[in-house]
Amino acid sequence: MGEIILKGVTKRFGEVEVIPPIDLHINDGEFVVFVGPSGCGKSTLLRLIAGLEDVSGGVVEIDGRNATEAAPAERGLAMVFQSYALYPHMTVKKNIAFPLKMAKLPPEEIEAKVQAAAKVLNLANYLDRRPGQLSGGQRQRVAIGRAIVRNPEAFLFDEPLSNLDAALRVNMRLEISELHQSLKTTMIYVTHDQVEAMTMADKIVVLQAGRIEQVGSPLELYRTPRNRFVAGFIGSPKMNFIEGAEAAKHGAHAIGIRPEHIKVSTSEGAWQGTVGVSEHLGSDTFLHVTTEYGVLNVRAGGEVDLHHGDTVFLSPDMAQLHRFDQQGWALT
Amino acid sequence: MSTQASRTAARLMISPAVLLLLGWMIIPLGMTLWFSLQRYNLLMPGMESFTGFDNYTYFLTDPAFGAAIFNTLALVLGVLTITTVGGLLLALLLDQPFWGQGVVRVLVIAPFFVMPTVSALVWKNMFMNPVNGVFAHLAKSVGLQPYDFLSQSPLASIVLIVSWQWLPFATLILLTALQSLDSEQLEAAEMDGAGPISRFVHVMLPHLARAITVVVLIQTIFLLSTFAEILVTTNGGPGTASTTLTYLVYIQSLLQYDVGTGAAGGIIAVILANIVAIFLMRMIGKNLEA
Repeated sequence: MGEIILKGVTKRFGEVEVIPPIDLHINDGEFVVFVGPSGCGKSTLLRLIAGLEDVSGGVVEIDGRNATEAAPAERGLAMVFQSYALYPHMTVKKNIAFPLKMAKLPPEEIEAKVQAAAKVLNLANYLDRRPGQLSGGQRQRVAIGRAIVRNPEAFLFDEPLSNLDAALRVNMRLEISELHQSLKTTMIYVTHDQVEAMTMADKIVVLQAGRIEQVGSPLELYRTPRNRFVAGFIGSPKMNFIEGAEAAKHGAHAIGIRPEHIKVSTSEGAWQGTVGVSEHLGSDTFLHVTTEYGVLNVRAGGEVDLHHGDTVFLSPDMAQLHRFDQQGWALT
Repeated sequence: MSTQASRTAARLMISPAVLLLLGWMIIPLGMTLWFSLQRYNLLMPGMESFTGFDNYTYFLTDPAFGAAIFNTLALVLGVLTITTVGGLLLALLLDQPFWGQGVVRVLVIAPFFVMPTVSALVWKNMFMNPVNGVFAHLAKSVGLQPYDFLSQSPLASIVLIVSWQWLPFATLILLTALQSLDSEQLEAAEMDGAGPISRFVHVMLPHLARAITVVVLIQTIFLLSTFAEILVTTNGGPGTASTTLTYLVYIQSLLQYDVGTGAAGGIIAVILANIVAIFLMRMIGKNLEA
């Protein structure tokens, strides 16, 4: 079973502390997403769990065992890399069979498991090809296939979709979610894309500069961000922040309001502004409105017909207002 | 960019270079072929005459010919084995991060900058000499009889000298190939449960196949024409113990002044080199395809 517990895990490269002591509990069967801006240490944290990097302090427990000193292969984890890391000289079949071959399984058993994995991942017709002859999505599936044949305690994904084009990314996102539903294995997924985090995760871990900013379900993070960083990172388009007198009215250093919680009107409203850019997506319209508080992002309906230079009035939904203090912590 | 006119212009402009290179190759080859069919001895000027294939018969029936073929192959194979295996090990070692890496890498490459005659002389006089050589001193210091490398095992000694010269080349090519290996592949293999040896066999070695092919092909071309090391150290002796095909051609044409037989030997050497090349390409040439 794939329960993973980090106790005070630290990573230092020389003098630089990339990851200050971190405590984290990942339940069995959970889909956990590490999300954060690039360089926040999310990949390093994943590599610490995988055993590809040595921890500088703390304990990594996998399935109740202390795995801090265990070699990567002994941890029973499987990893899918950003570059897929397929073996270019081996066929798809041999790639998927490699971990089983290393585990010295009998050939018939290897064959059966490879066939089963290929069936699940729609790779049956490609087994004799080399990775170089496959498309990005297919390579991704081979990498996943190589991971699932081992029956790991948990899957580790290191930004697996960042090399795919937008349409394929949505597809693969779905496939990975479906895979999680059917396998019910613990998955840890690293990404910088908050949309991937929101759509796939049972639990999101938001990281910044190696620190955990907040842990919670996607909607928890969306509704009650603990601080300004999480509030700004989760949700698309980004939350608007207003400081100064307007914030003081609500008894806070800064207030935050999401673009979807602002009502647009051409006749009346709390704040007046001019439309700078309007992005018509069909289903939605994203407006960048210049007001006395700076540029605010507003999400309006698809039928809204506003263009550059139009004067609009904005009314925030007061129930959805987020208030933050001087240090950026959320006020309740 | 490739219109009919531009292609014609391109062909016109490279043709002088192509013609020059063609002449550069064809004329010596043609003259060698011509000489090989002549009775042409420098000691008897003005007596040249056409003899057909007599020169070839003389060369092929020379008592040293068999030994020369064997020695050539032994030299090439010996040096290839030592340099590829040694180069692979050295490359693996130099790929590890350690203090002073940059300096060590330059030092390893250094033998390649020493010209063959000089390095052969250094080896002969300063290392292998049974009286003054370092090896003799080492042997004496532990109470052993000094070993006279160049007269006891001349071919092995030459293999050692030539290997020393070519080891840096192999190391350098293999090291750069090793550094181009995606580290995620090695990490993936580690996650898949492959130990260090399995990682080497299943991930590194296939990645290095092309580089190893290049090393073997290039070295074979140059090793077939090894000459300076033999001339400087053993003069092909004792007897014919270290006479290679190249050296036999030299003996025929410049020690016995028989230009005709020497030229015939040269043609035979060319044919043999081509046979070796065909075999090599058959065996490992597919590694070069992308």
